[in-house]
Amino acid sequence: AAARGCGGVWHQVCQRGAGGPSLAPRGQRAFTCNARGGAVPAGKSGLAPWVPVVGLEIHAQISSNSKLFSGSQVQFAAPPNSLVSFFDASLPGTLPVLNRRCVEAAVMTGLALNCSINKKSLFDRKHYYYADLPAGYQITQQRVPIAVNGSLSYSLCIDNKMSRMVTKTVRIKQIQLEQDSGKSLHDDTRSQTLIDLNRAGVGLMEVVMEPDMRCGEEAAAAVRELQLILQTLGSSQAVMAEGQLRVDANVSVHRPGEPYGVRTEVKNINSIRFLAKAVDYEIQRQIEELENGGTILNETRAFDSKLGCTIPIRDKEGKQDYRFMPEPNLPPLILYNAKSLPANMNHQQVVNIDWIHERLPDLPSVKRAKLVEQYGILPEHSFTLVNEDGLTEFFENVVKQTQMKPSKAIGWILNDLLSYLKQHSLTVKESLVSSFLLADLLNLLEKKEISSTAAKQVLAELWKGEGKTPLEIVKEKKLELIQNQEELEQICQAVIDGQENEVIMMVLE
Amino acid sequence: RPQRGLSLQVSAALKEGRVTATELCQRCLSLIRSTKFLNAYITVAEETALKQAEESEKRYRAGQQLGVLDGIPIAVKDNFNTAGIETTCASNMLKGYISPYNATVVQKLLDQGAVLLGKTNLDEFAMGSGSTDGVFGPVRNPWSYSRQYKKKSVPKSHSEDKESNWVITGGSSGGSAAAVSSFTCFAALGSDTGGSTRNPAAHCGVVGLKPTYGLISRHGLIPLVNSMDVPGILTRCVDDAAVVLGSLAGHDPKDSTTIQDDFKPFELPNLTDVRKLSIGIPKEYHAPGLSSEILAVWSKAADLFENAGAKVTEVSLPHTRYSIVCYHVLCTAEVASNMARFDGLEYGHRSDMNKSTESMYAATRREGFNDVVRGRILSGNYFLLKQNYENYFIKAQKVRRLIANDFVKVFGSGVDILLTPTTLSDAVPYMEFIKEDNRTRSTQDDILTQAANMAGLPAINVPAALSERGLPVGLQFIGRSFQEKQLLTVAKWFEKQVKFPMIQLEEVKRHDNDVFQHQKSASFS
Repeated sequence: AAARGCGGVWHQVCQRGAGGPSLAPRGQRAFTCNARGGAVPAGKSGLAPWVPVVGLEIHAQISSNSKLFSGSQVQFAAPPNSLVSFFDASLPGTLPVLNRRCVEAAVMTGLALNCSINKKSLFDRKHYYYADLPAGYQITQQRVPIAVNGSLSYSLCIDNKMSRMVTKTVRIKQIQLEQDSGKSLHDDTRSQTLIDLNRAGVGLMEVVMEPDMRCGEEAAAAVRELQLILQTLGSSQAVMAEGQLRVDANVSVHRPGEPYGVRTEVKNINSIRFLAKAVDYEIQRQIEELENGGTILNETRAFDSKLGCTIPIRDKEGKQDYRFMPEPNLPPLILYNAKSLPANMNHQQVVNIDWIHERLPDLPSVKRAKLVEQYGILPEHSFTLVNEDGLTEFFENVVKQTQMKPSKAIGWILNDLLSYLKQHSLTVKESLVSSFLLADLLNLLEKKEISSTAAKQVLAELWKGEGKTPLEIVKEKKLELIQNQEELEQICQAVIDGQENEVIMMVLE
Repeated sequence: RPQRGLSLQVSAALKEGRVTATELCQRCLSLIRSTKFLNAYITVAEETALKQAEESEKRYRAGQQLGVLDGIPIAVKDNFNTAGIETTCASNMLKGYISPYNATVVQKLLDQGAVLLGKTNLDEFAMGSGSTDGVFGPVRNPWSYSRQYKKKSVPKSHSEDKESNWVITGGSSGGSAAAVSSFTCFAALGSDTGGSTRNPAAHCGVVGLKPTYGLISRHGLIPLVNSMDVPGILTRCVDDAAVVLGSLAGHDPKDSTTIQDDFKPFELPNLTDVRKLSIGIPKEYHAPGLSSEILAVWSKAADLFENAGAKVTEVSLPHTRYSIVCYHVLCTAEVASNMARFDGLEYGHRSDMNKSTESMYAATRREGFNDVVRGRILSGNYFLLKQNYENYFIKAQKVRRLIANDFVKVFGSGVDILLTPTTLSDAVPYMEFIKEDNRTRSTQDDILTQAANMAGLPAINVPAALSERGLPVGLQFIGRSFQEKQLLTVAKWFEKQVKFPMIQLEEVKRHDNDVFQHQKSASFS
């Protein structure tokens, strides 16, 4: 459920305390994100306001049939240690063999994020001891990653009305391919650790975002946009609740004109909503710490979603030297474009950047622009449509089946349908009111057979899921609009006749 | 009658029914038993070997043999994975470890009907140059028991035990070299990272081929230095090395560093004219510590080529002298990384220490590795530290490039093959060898072989002569990348000229006269 409820444009204001568990000792003295991205905290010292700086490191699990360097299957929630090849268990003598699909996913993602794709990238070993890292090192791309220097545009609302939206850009430093680790399960009562290597060796794309964000809402909006892009590309399923998208936030604060402050790394954030909270909490904590004369330690902190705060943790990797070295078992990864593609090369053996580029699907931003143009809806509405999984399809199906103007129909979808779904924590796909039923209902409204108040009543009935059509409900509840003049006059007459005293009083007044 | 390889002759004998695969296998097994004192084998897979031999015999009877190697008994160094047969690397860490898969090279040999007799002894994780530093004890050089050596080595004093005179095999593939040299198998796999196949081949008087890096799959070879390791081939003659090479070489989808091109197995021509050949004599291989005896054998070989009409020139590989220190950095760095997986969790030795995961790791590694391995891990990690990486690792990589470029230049100048000594001296007695520590010894012993690994070039040891003490002296030929055919052709010509004497193993003869006679006749008929 973590990923739900994040739909729509980010409509919470960049402000602390909004809806979240209140953090008792922390004051309400706030910084807010304004449209220009600056922070406006009211420092009690009267100095220039603090500027928060937020950078993100995002690990997206690549959606592929097999792992990055082995043939084992990739599957969520399989029985422990059932998807482990000899290589994944680091049996001596095994060697990595790069999965072409993972390379293509990274290239697609890099192109979608406006990166330059390195025609030659390298793999490195990063060493540390941990029980769920069987080889004692992770194969990653530390020196020359597959994609660099990109950017991601995202939009967010700057007030609750969803009418003032701003678009911002965060620079993408790099995308690197690397192996996922296994999972450790600590059994404290029996003081043992159980290891599941199913995840060990699954392909990851680490997306490094430059510290261009200023608050939790910006970070959340950027991650949501990235999530949509990955899902559109199919390069990652990017479901945070299943660990397919993991976000670490680097947070610091400083005075304008001064160098960046000491940063902390916030981990263990498992939903986009919590990302916003964790970042804002951490910014506030650092400001208070500094204003009280304290210092910020370069440490790793975890977000506790129950308490709504970040707490220092002992980093599992510690502050250690990773002793990077080139991975000697993998030759440099060479990618080609149409120009450099050797004529005699087996096409199964090469990855052609141009070929992938030509086949990129419409990205969310393009989809939104098309929706605005095609249906004449407001840009902010296009955000909600695209951001909410399945909503665009729902909307388009309704539009196809109704005479109502799309710009009018969208109100019913966004205000009535979506808010109902949200209240009941349902996804669009789980909606009991199908696009067909809603279209039916809107047609009744459009043909003026019912009033809009009646339509709302019908919709409420439809949510019960009793299998009745809107027309049946209208008839059953006698909600039709009366179109016959004579009949209306008779009703009015009957009302007047039955209420003589009241009529007289009204006339007298 | 043209000179043919041993394996071809045995193969013909098998085909004609003069000997059966089972008989051959049994004779080898019996020889292994009678030469047990050599300590060449860690594991003898008697049962599976006999079963494989039986299968082979059936194929021969049906006329459906799989190729030249069908029914040929072979041995494999104990750092190659063999499904169902223990793979120990001569380390406590892997004692009792049974791999679930075969190394690609092992699988290829089995697929061609070869009979796997067992796993041969080595220095722990192939780190050494004597085959003296494994948990199963040192390997003894078969030549220690030869009539040639015994005749010449007189105990210095009466108090000195006759026993202590035995000489080392060199290493780290000493078990494989001893196994081939003592007739217990027809061919053996070794591995070669800095000379580990060529060095023991030289000391044991056998052919030792280190192919070009990337020609043979490393999948299933437990690595020492991934960027230099190559499976090595030990045989009693050059023709056999070509046969085994032909059965192993080529692309392996499981090893991304193997060449993509198909490899075509070749038969070696009998070279009659070497006048078009250009032999380079690298002056830097006249290294400090090179024995005058070896120098004489080397010069004689150069003369041999010259007299036969080949162009023999002195060449220079100026950066070779930095190779020892460069190798030390690169080797230990990769060792530190490769050994990280041995933590006692997934496989291998696990200490009883259970205070914490970290203490378990530490105790497991202390108990599982010997001092040599631990020492290399320690220095490798030091070189990889952030503050040292540029100064050591990067610098060593640059030097490696310079060393490799030296070869490119020499070969570019028209030289076909380089001729060098393989070792500084003949094999030394064990008691003398262990006076110095592993690091010092490896440093000295690898000096002439290592540069070929740095450059990834093919190189071969060919037995050339016996020393004054009656021990083998070998010479090394280094060829161009992927030019194994040319290299082996020249090596074969040389082999034919020098007529290296047959080892006269009296003890073996006593034990198993039959087999010895058979193989003797097979190899020199």
